[in-house]
Amino acid sequence: MTVRYSKDHEWISVDGDVGTVGITEYAQGQLGDVVFVDLPETGKKLEKNGEAAVVESVKAASEVYAPVSGEVVEVNADLGANPATVNEDAQGRGWFLKIKIANPSELDELMSEDDYKAFVATL
Amino acid sequence: MSEVDVATPATELLKRTPLYDMHVRLGARIVPFAGYEMPVQYKDGIIAEHTHTRTAAGLFDVSHMGQAFLTGPDHETVARALEALVPADIVNLAPGRQRYSQLLNEDGGILDDLMITRSADPDEDGVLMLVVNASRKNEDYAHIEARLPANVRLLRAENRALIALQGPQAAAVLSKHVQGAADMPFMSAMTTTFNGIDCHVSRSGYTGEDGYEISVNAKRIIAVAERLIDHAEVKPIGLGARDSLRLEAGLCLYGHDIDETTTPTEAKLNWSIQKRRREEGGFPGAAKIQGELAGGAPRARVGILPEGRAPAREGTEIQTPDGTPIGKVTSGGFGPTLNGPLAMGYVNARFAEPGTPVVLIVRGKPLVAKVVSMPFVPHRYHR
Repeated sequence: MTVRYSKDHEWISVDGDVGTVGITEYAQGQLGDVVFVDLPETGKKLEKNGEAAVVESVKAASEVYAPVSGEVVEVNADLGANPATVNEDAQGRGWFLKIKIANPSELDELMSEDDYKAFVATL
Repeated sequence: MSEVDVATPATELLKRTPLYDMHVRLGARIVPFAGYEMPVQYKDGIIAEHTHTRTAAGLFDVSHMGQAFLTGPDHETVARALEALVPADIVNLAPGRQRYSQLLNEDGGILDDLMITRSADPDEDGVLMLVVNASRKNEDYAHIEARLPANVRLLRAENRALIALQGPQAAAVLSKHVQGAADMPFMSAMTTTFNGIDCHVSRSGYTGEDGYEISVNAKRIIAVAERLIDHAEVKPIGLGARDSLRLEAGLCLYGHDIDETTTPTEAKLNWSIQKRRREEGGFPGAAKIQGELAGGAPRARVGILPEGRAPAREGTEIQTPDGTPIGKVTSGGFGPTLNGPLAMGYVNARFAEPGTPVVLIVRGKPLVAKVVSMPFVPHRYHR
């Protein structure tokens, strides 16, 4: 399974033509305590770099962008009751949504894990 | 991902308080705030810091706030000079007592809110201590100085730092360093020593909890702060939790819940205007405020509880259930003690009654909410 990263601190884990999307460990650390996640409806079509979700910390609301275009096929319903899962396991149980990838070539525009680590080190 | 809320632009030259190095050593995340580099949170995060303050004690650096002295020949003279600018009764403020008030413009709009303390020391008859907001201090000082009689002066206390110790354990902790701290009534103050260090202590704060504000020479503040956080009950708390605490306590934040376009009456700060001033007037905008005291203000600051989990932030439109706009949220977020979202804002006065159903438009979606009385979390001041 390939995991790719965006400059906006989203990750996408690809399994066939479906990608699981969330925010990175770095991003959850920057946000602080997550208290609410506003997830899209299943079936919604997302544009690459368009708004996919909103994550609210105690302090502020932050937009989460779709790393690739596609259709939302599942959202993480567990986040409704347990938004803090994003802080506890951002790149695991704290995933946001699954997307049916419309254009796999868009994945090539994203960073590898090593590139993302190097990118975060510059911030 | 991108943050929707934006703080002070990072380009401006930022000042540091005397406790800056301590914050960094304690793992604070530093953000620009009102021209200062201030700790927004430490390692445990805002929710843990908020809860610690409500259950034990939190130490806040509020040295960015403006401290100043108003001095004149006697209390009556200085009090009258200040009463020309604020609606509180200062003449009848007893030695060693303090009051919350507002600097007003000619329309009764709020230029800033401030704490006013009369010195307890008989040798300092004619000294009032003022604490004003960091974001407003330069404007406040210019405003005050331009309106003082010749025999009253404003002295900026730039060499003083200020910390707040807040929470149910604050009295027990401070009593180990300051004699008589536990016996002080709410909104009283004294000049005293903390382990031999000269300081000015008041029993007040801005979290809704019992607690103190301690003003110390900037060079000695580190020693005081370090002694306090040596106690297991005391943790350093950042501005993030300070904001969620004051919001749960229903307290106004200047520039958000109150500003030049709001009067104390609209802001439901009537309790801070004592009877004599209501009757006599003599403060800026008195005719308008007296009219609003008698007949009601056209709009009112209210508490709002949204259903569900989504916070409604500042600027959110408030509507009636049938979609008529009636106001805006001025502060909103998540209350860790409530374990849910909460907000305050202004609505047309006809919709200010607790229990009134309203709708909040959050990211285009209507969110069911209702008007509630404040505070959201009961105050625990030491009366």
